[in-house]
Amino acid sequence: MNSNLKYKTDKVIKAKKSRKNNHILKNWWIHLIMLTYSLFCIIPLILVISESFSSDKAIAIKGFSLFPVGFTLNAYKTIFNRPDQIIHSYMITIIVTAIGTIIGVTFTSMLAYVISRKDYPLANKTSFYVFFTMLISGGMVPWYILISKTLGLNNTIYALIIPYLIIPWHVMLMRGFFSDIPTSLIESAKIDGASEYTIFFRIVAPITKSGLATIGLFTMLLFWNDYYLSLMFIENDNLVSLQFLLYRIMSNINFLNSALAIHSGVTSSAEIPTDSARMAMCVLAAGPMLFIFPFFQKYFTKGVTVGAVKG
Amino acid sequence: MKIKKKFKEFIKYRQLFILSLPGVLFLFVFNYIPLYGLVLPFKDYKYDLGFWKSPWVGFNNFKFLFNNGAAWKITKNTLLINFCFIVALLVLGIGVALLINEVTKKYVKFYQTVIFFPYFLSWVVVSFILLSFLDMDKGYLNTILMKFGVSSKMWYNEPKYWPLILVISNTWKNLGYSAIIYYAGLIGINQEYYEAAELDGASGWQKIWNISIPLIRPIIVIMFLLSIGKIFYGNFDLFYNLTRDSSALYPTTDVIDTFVFRALRGSGDIGMASAAGTYQAVVGFVIVIIANFVVKKLSAEDSLF
Repeated sequence: MNSNLKYKTDKVIKAKKSRKNNHILKNWWIHLIMLTYSLFCIIPLILVISESFSSDKAIAIKGFSLFPVGFTLNAYKTIFNRPDQIIHSYMITIIVTAIGTIIGVTFTSMLAYVISRKDYPLANKTSFYVFFTMLISGGMVPWYILISKTLGLNNTIYALIIPYLIIPWHVMLMRGFFSDIPTSLIESAKIDGASEYTIFFRIVAPITKSGLATIGLFTMLLFWNDYYLSLMFIENDNLVSLQFLLYRIMSNINFLNSALAIHSGVTSSAEIPTDSARMAMCVLAAGPMLFIFPFFQKYFTKGVTVGAVKG
Repeated sequence: MKIKKKFKEFIKYRQLFILSLPGVLFLFVFNYIPLYGLVLPFKDYKYDLGFWKSPWVGFNNFKFLFNNGAAWKITKNTLLINFCFIVALLVLGIGVALLINEVTKKYVKFYQTVIFFPYFLSWVVVSFILLSFLDMDKGYLNTILMKFGVSSKMWYNEPKYWPLILVISNTWKNLGYSAIIYYAGLIGINQEYYEAAELDGASGWQKIWNISIPLIRPIIVIMFLLSIGKIFYGNFDLFYNLTRDSSALYPTTDVIDTFVFRALRGSGDIGMASAAGTYQAVVGFVIVIIANFVVKKLSAEDSLF
């Protein structure tokens, strides 16, 4: 018996040792694969950045490359010479994202909180009411008719905000966060005479901060990266958001030329560094967020996980 | 009497009802009212007449959609490409998650950050990146091909390569997200299982097949089910942007969503657009129900409803 135990302990120690050895042995090829994959994630971004610093002449001869060819700041200079368009687009995107996120998260979490309350008689019915919209939809056509014709939101900033205020999936995700709140907490607040509004805004919301942050970031990303609503409802040049600006530059290079040429007073569009300016626009539009969002990665990871486990 | 009691209960919970009201009303307007669109293709819709006054036309719009071959093409493209998306993200996602799970904590953070990076880019930005690879004259890919003596290609005119290009792009953007989901499942596994397995002399592969995979099976099933449920819905941003809406690529990249969009905003053919939309909604709904039914049969606790 004793010796058997000793044998087993020996084996555990050996196994642990071999696991450690294994780690060192195994690790190099795991790191090799992961580093290669990481490079694949980064290189395309570097490519775009280096193009934005290349001169168009050099690009025309050598093609795009991983390092800037004929390094120049011309593209950025041209854009910053009269940056009206890009600043305006930033404003539109920031306004839409800020308002959309604040209202969207408030409404989403209110609804999610109510359906997470097991004592609420309509909780299950409301829950199904939300869930059902994820199963079937009327499609793009009636949705388009509703927003543009019936509500008349065409070419207004509301068309960029309202359609995304409540995402059923976010409601379900948020419900997962709320269902972790102990019922006793709500009960005791009720006994103290707190109204449901007080309970929600003063007690429940503060303790689900990480949930709110998660939903908030998903909503922010949705608004920030959206160009679909612009594509659908915006023809007005005054309401071109960042992504829509990029889309228009992409689909029609003349748009870039005219946007830059008119403002910078250059008469011939031949003087505009087209290829590099296009990529420079892309860097200026996407860059800042790329540096901000990874800092909040923790919340995304959390949201992803809660969604997967409780979805 | 019963109604009275219910009413009393409702009065008691009226504050909760009011809290839910903005969301409920929103969904009613933007998700429930548009459901009338499911019968829209049976009408010859005119903007000025509105839904009620437009005349009924029976199955005409559907006949048109199915007779000219468009329906078959967009169905095939939607299903085929989406299926590749799902499989690629599932298999590679699990693979990457298993790899991350093997390295020590400080590296995990680094890899997580880097591979999550592309997820934050919009599809418009990804289309810029793709263009810098595939541009006819200056594209990176053609430059490399030329170095190896292969003649350059006009990628935006070659439909046969595009399913692959789209799968690579989608995987590139979303693999980090997918991997993190499975990784979250993996770190939830009790380490004692692995220690016990090592005691019995299990190899690395055996541990993966007999412990890791079975224990994250619920997550795998849910993710698979969720994505199969959406298989009839193409990601409009992806299909529309990456292809730059190049008509030469329609044979292999036109999906239901891009088709509906062009019919609606391009040619203004409401009949055709709504017919395709209804077709998508109904088949999509049936797919979700079937997928859920299958999962319920296999393992009841993993089903969605």
